Order: sequence, then C-alpha cells, then structure tokens
Amino acid sequence: MKNFVHLFTQLDQTTKTLKKVAALVDYFNDTSEEDKLWTIAILSHRKPKRTVRTALLREWSAAAANVPLWLFEESYHIVGDLAETMALMHPNLESKHDKSLSEWIDFIIELKDLEEQVSPSSSDALQTKKERVLWAWNQLDETERFVFNKLMTGGWRVGVSQKLMTRALAKHSGIEENTLSHRLMGNWRAETTSYHQLIVASDPADKISQPYPFYLAYAIEVDPQELGNTDTWMAERKWDGIRGQLIVRENQLFVWSRGEELVTDKFPEFEMLTKALPNGTVIDGEIIAYENGQPLGFNVLQSRIGRKNVSKAILKKAPVLMIAYDLLEINGIDIREKPMHYRRSELEKLVKESASEKLLISELVEFRNWEDLVKERANSRQHHAEGLMLKHKNGTYKVGRKKGDWWKWKVDPLTIDAVLIYAMRGHGRMANLYTDYTFAVWKGDELVPFTKAYSGLTDKEINQVDAFVKRNTVDRFGPVRSVKAELVFEIAFEGIARSSRHKSGVALRFPRMFRWRKDKPANEANTLDDLEKLLNLYG
Amino acid sequence: MSLLQFTEKGIYCERANVYIDPWKPVNYAIITHAHADHSRWGNKFYLCHHLSKPIIQHRLGGDIHIESMEYLEKKSINGVEFSFFPAGHIIGSAQVRVAYKGEVWVASGDYKLEDDGFSTPFEPIKCNTFITECTFGLPVFKWQDQKEVFEDINNWWRKNKEEDKVTILTGYSLGKAQRLIQGVDPSIGKIFTHGAIEKTNEIIRNMGVGLNETTYVTPEINKKDFKGALVIAPPSALGTSWQKKFQPFEVGIASGWMKMRGPRRRRSVDRGFVLSDHADWDGLNTAIKATECEKVIVTHGYTNIFSKWLNDQGIETQIEATEFEGEQLEATEKTDAE
Ligand SMILES: [Zn+2]
Ligand SMILES: [Zn+2]
Repeated sequence: MKNFVHLFTQLDQTTKTLKKVAALVDYFNDTSEEDKLWTIAILSHRKPKRTVRTALLREWSAAAANVPLWLFEESYHIVGDLAETMALMHPNLESKHDKSLSEWIDFIIELKDLEEQVSPSSSDALQTKKERVLWAWNQLDETERFVFNKLMTGGWRVGVSQKLMTRALAKHSGIEENTLSHRLMGNWRAETTSYHQLIVASDPADKISQPYPFYLAYAIEVDPQELGNTDTWMAERKWDGIRGQLIVRENQLFVWSRGEELVTDKFPEFEMLTKALPNGTVIDGEIIAYENGQPLGFNVLQSRIGRKNVSKAILKKAPVLMIAYDLLEINGIDIREKPMHYRRSELEKLVKESASEKLLISELVEFRNWEDLVKERANSRQHHAEGLMLKHKNGTYKVGRKKGDWWKWKVDPLTIDAVLIYAMRGHGRMANLYTDYTFAVWKGDELVPFTKAYSGLTDKEINQVDAFVKRNTVDRFGPVRSVKAELVFEIAFEGIARSSRHKSGVALRFPRMFRWRKDKPANEANTLDDLEKLLNLYG
Repeated sequence: MSLLQFTEKGIYCERANVYIDPWKPVNYAIITHAHADHSRWGNKFYLCHHLSKPIIQHRLGGDIHIESMEYLEKKSINGVEFSFFPAGHIIGSAQVRVAYKGEVWVASGDYKLEDDGFSTPFEPIKCNTFITECTFGLPVFKWQDQKEVFEDINNWWRKNKEEDKVTILTGYSLGKAQRLIQGVDPSIGKIFTHGAIEKTNEIIRNMGVGLNETTYVTPEINKKDFKGALVIAPPSALGTSWQKKFQPFEVGIASGWMKMRGPRRRRSVDRGFVLSDHADWDGLNTAIKATECEKVIVTHGYTNIFSKWLNDQGIETQIEATEFEGEQLEATEKTDAE
C-alpha cells in the first residue's frame, strides 16, 4: 500500500491540477493491474462494501487510545471525519507491513464473515474482526491508518475528480478520454471485473444498464446579448429537481442520477415507460415532483429522497415525472455527436409517441430578442424553475462540464438582511474557527432565529467574524456561543417554504451568506414580517 | 478570598493588588510572555522575565515602565511571593508561581513540554491550583518529535532547491519563526526573513542569544539570489504581493492545526508541518499530573471538553473566560497573538 499512500499524500498536498495528473500517471505507470483497478474504483466512489459496523470501530478506537467514548465522539465532531479521527487518536507507530493496496482490500473484505469481537480461547489467532482491525492499526503509520480506515468506512473525497482521474488514465493507457469516461460509467465493481476487462477490452454494448457521462453547463459569464444571433440559440426552463438519465434497453428500464447512482427502485412510476419507449433509448432529463399540470417545489421531492422504501403514501404525496431535455441514444445508436436541433426533434417525436403522463418534453421558451428572455428569466420562480438554460442549436452533447454550447442562467437569489446571534465552532476544514452561524430577524424588539448559513465569506471575513465572536460572547451553551447582536449579513437563498420541522416555521433552500452588511446597524435588519411576505410570494 | 481570581480586567491577586497578563489596563501587570494577547498595551507597570523585556519594549514603546527578573528569582508583594518558572513556550516565557501562607497557584500562560532547543525548557511546579490553556486539548492532537518534523522540512526544502524553487515557510514572528530558523539545516541554503521577523531576530541577537544567520528581504535584493533559498514569513504575508517576487515557490505552514486534514487543505498551501509551541494532548495531561494540584482552571481552547475529561479523571476543574487567543492559524489584525 506504500505507493498508494504516497499517491494519496501527493494528491492531498497539492491543489494544482497538473501536479495531480502527473502524480496519478506516475502511479499508474508503476502499479500492478489489481492495484490500478482498485485505485480507479476508489477514485470513482466504488470502494469495497463495508464489512465492519462503524459503531464498533468507534468503540475499539476509543479503547485503544485510552479515552472514553464520549471524548472520542466530541473529537470526531470537531475533526469532522471518522477515518481521520481514528487514525489520529491511535498511539503513533512506525509502519511495519508490506501488503499492497489490493491485499489490504482483500483483508477488509475477508472481515465480512468473522465474529465481531467474541474472542475464542487463543487470542493471538486473529479470529475476530476486532483482533484483526487492531492488528492492522498497529501495523500502520498515521497516514496509512487513515487510508486503511477510509477503505473500511468510505465517504472519501480525495480531491481528484473523476475527470482528472480519467485524464491521467488516458495518458497512461493511450485510450481516448471520452471513450474511457464512458467505460467507467455504470454498474461495474472491482470485486467482479479486472483492469483488462474494464479498461482495455471494454465494450459498452455488453452493459445494458450503462449510462452516458452527463453534459453539464457553466453559469453564463457574459451578457446574453454577446452570445450573438438569437436564431442559433434555444431556451428552456432550468427545472429544480434531480438530473437523471432514463435508459430502456432489452425491455429493461434503468434510471441514473447525475451522481452516477442507479435509482430505478426509487422511482417505480417510470416502470411503465419500459413499454412506452422503444429499446435502445437513452433520455437526459430532470426528475421533478409534479401534480395537476404543475411542478411542486423541490422540498416535496426532497421528502422522498433518502427514504429506503417508497411507500404508497409517499407516491401519492410526492408524485414525480421526468421532463426530457435531450436524447442521447436512439435505436441503440449513440447520437451525442449529432447537433442539438436534430436530437431535439427526435426527442419530441419520441415523447409524443410514448404518450405517457410520466414523460413530458421540456417546453421551449419562445423569444424574439434577448430582452424577451430577460423577462422570462425574471418570472422563473412563478414556474418553480431555477432560471433558464440556453443551448446552441448546433451543439453536440459533450462529456462533463464544458463551456460554449450550453449555459445556465439562474434567477437571482432571494435575500434578507439578518443579525448574527449564535456561533459554533466549525468542524473539518474549519475546526479551529467559529464558522457555524445562526441568524435572526426582528419581531418587535426581539430577535427570532430562522436559519443557519455557512459558506459565502472570504477567509479574511471568516477570521474577522471569528475574532468578533471570541470577543463578544454574551453566553455559552455547550459548544454554542450567543454573541452581541451587532453584525448584519445579507442571506441569499434559492427558495422558501413553510416547515413544521423548523422552529421559525420556515425552511430556506441553500441559505448562504451573500454579503456582510457592514453599512447596516443591527436594528435595520429585516423583520419576521418581511420573511412572511417572501413566504406568501414564493412559498 | 481566593489567592487569584478572574475579573473583567484579568487574572487578579487582590492581596498583592497585581494582575497576571491583564487584558485591560491596570497599575501592576505580571507578564508570562511577550505575545500580544498576554502583554498588552496600557499598563502602568510591567514585570516580566529578562528575555521578554526588550521584546515587550519594542512592541509597546521604550517609555513603558518595565522591570524584569530571572527564573526562580522571588518578588514579594504585601506578603505574596511571585516567581517565574520556565514555560518552554517561546523565548523568555514563564509560568507565574504565586504563593501565600503555604498556598500555591500557578498561572502557566502558554507552555509546551518538548525542548525546542531555543526556549528554556518547561519545568513542572507543584501547586494547589493550576491555571492552564487547552488550545489542543483533544486526544487527536499528538505531536511528533520536532527532530522528525525538521527532517521533513529539510527534505522538502532540498527538493524545492533541486527544482530551482524558493521555499516559503510561515510561522508567527515571535517564537515559531526563530524556532524554524534554528531548527532547519542551514547547510542546505540561504535563509531569508520577512521584515516583521527580522526585527524580532535583531532584538533577540542583541540580547546575546545565538540564532542561525538570516537575511532580511529588501527590494534591492536580486530575484536570482532567492533561488533555492528558504524564506521565513509570518502567516499574514501569504497571498500578498510581497510573495510574488519569489516565484516559482512552494509554501508551507508550521502550526499545530496542520495536524488536521481540514485546516491543512483549507489553507491550500503546498505543505503543512505539525509544529506547535503549545502542549498537545499528552503534554497537557502530563503537565497537569506533574503539578499534583487539587484544582485546575482552564482558560481557552476546547475548554468544555477538556474540563469534562479532567473532572472524569477525578481532577476538579472549572472554566474561566479570558481574552487569550491560543494558537491562531489565520492572520488576524494581531498576527502575534498566541
Ligand atoms: Zn496565548
Ligand atoms: Zn503565546
């Protein structure tokens, strides 16, 4: 595992893309096929299945470090990462092993069928999960322990996008980047394939569930006027749901989310499309909650995401459908290289023929000049849309986030000026600073908390607020400090809804600190009435 | 009446009418060390260790009324005996021992247990009540020996030199900077310093304390001369135009916070080295045990968690709020607050 840990350290130490790619290429050039395959799997979030419950790991780690469990948990809360907490907490030791990455992964996989911690009579036989994990921790140095823990627990963000990894792999293998990204999509697992099968010999046609890489748009950077002739562009609404790909091949349906997750089971309503669409169809669209000819807010869709079982009640409460944006495959033929207008007209035909109430076409927004679109964008919220999408009529369907043919043009966020009243230390990246803030608006001369907001400040501003919090603490409740009501921030958010789960009765979508209103004294911040007005308009 | 109490001006000894490290102006201030959050402006009289005196005078002006004494020397005020013991935090840093009629309190200021080869090493003092900070009072903070850290730093510097890059390493101007200058291998190349640090170096050299040779970065220096060199700078210099003349360069931070991956990544520098002038988890626990005290007062850091831990261990502990700031990773207006 030494070279994998070395790779991880290099990737972690640099923010520069070129250096990351170079480190990956060096690593791929000098690694066994087994390790290469596992590295690709890990970097595309396909780590081995969990074989030890994290509750047990926490217990064992705390005991090995000689601290009570509550102290372990407090430390974990501050560090923000379980694998890291366990790695740091363990007594520091020299590395004394020479297993490769795939050997360690096999070691983790083999834990699966062992007893958890009931030790048999001979205790050094390493027959239980507990004995083996403790043995492993004692073989590894701090960084290796972290990597090992990450392999056991998951949720790993190494700071390498799939795009970068694919670029490095292309350099290493000599296979073209777009071909590789398609090969790496879908349902494969390192446990059941080989590097050769996946990368070298791969034939996507084998894999009937395999999706295409999504084409993602950047936010528009210029005045749309500068995009030139309106005739070459089309506009549609940017719907606020889950971007997804709907695949029908060999009489089977597959639904993928943009996060490359197979979510077919979560949306049983689409099953009827297996018959309504011809085999060899791949549609790119937005899954949204929708009822009586009207999109419902994102919060409705949210109520069914994350649930293990999709009950009848949920299906009724939050019915969904797909709004089709694009057509990537027709009759089994990949048409991503065809121009947008062609794909669009084929898509229109297909949606019409399907005659399904679960598949709608994304209606084009008519416009004669750019001013028309400025108006259309302004009324996005009334349509429950996030803004507009502009697409070049001759553009191809690209891989990943690319500039040029597609632009998203989101509506400006809603904003409200609020007073900072509570602060908590951040964790993870912000562990040493007060960065978790709660904001309030006025109700008479009382401040009513209504939202938390985290991001949006520069590092310099974060330091200033941190210093303010430390010097103006009025009271402490555990980790929370209440501070003097003095700082005012403009809070921006994408949507607002009534919520019984929140004390204030409102839930904001994507609240963030938009601006520090140093010009405003606290008594000029907005009121609860102002918030109610927004709720009535947009809730 | 407690021998020491926490008031809104600072840690107060009523019997002697003196304060330790006050954060608001008072008549008589006993100072643990020269960092800005411990030796503040506006007091009528200052008492500190000999090695802190010129640094405090430099910061607060030559006209302040200040006296100094040696470690273990005693000063009696209205029957209360005050003495300094080495804290090992930075040059001249002291724990203040306060004794009256057999009762002993120790205000430790900031301290660390490892001998950094530059500050006088920490000495535990038996006492009834021990006042301690706990900036790194979590079991995830465990420092490596500084020998290993400096090996890493030297290797990084060597590698950068081979690639014709300048190595920029940050640490606050008083304490960390000198520890870095003294700890690296000067045979690798030339060591340059930012102005804020060089001023402190000059004061320290004038006191007769040895320090590896450094060169102050001035506009007249030819860009070529920086090639392969090490530049020691305060954190506030990062991301400013001052930094540009060293291109191409790599940047590293030396701080206890670099132990955690989050703060390390957030700073988006090339390297983070775990090097702190504060005690780590084991250091805090060892120091507290060595005092054999009956009671601990924690002042800043992870106070809630650390006091609960100590109470669970059977050591009576309470939290008192102060305006000390602990190790700062970021550059605030007061870059030297530690
Ligand atoms: Zn301090
Ligand atoms: Zn200090």
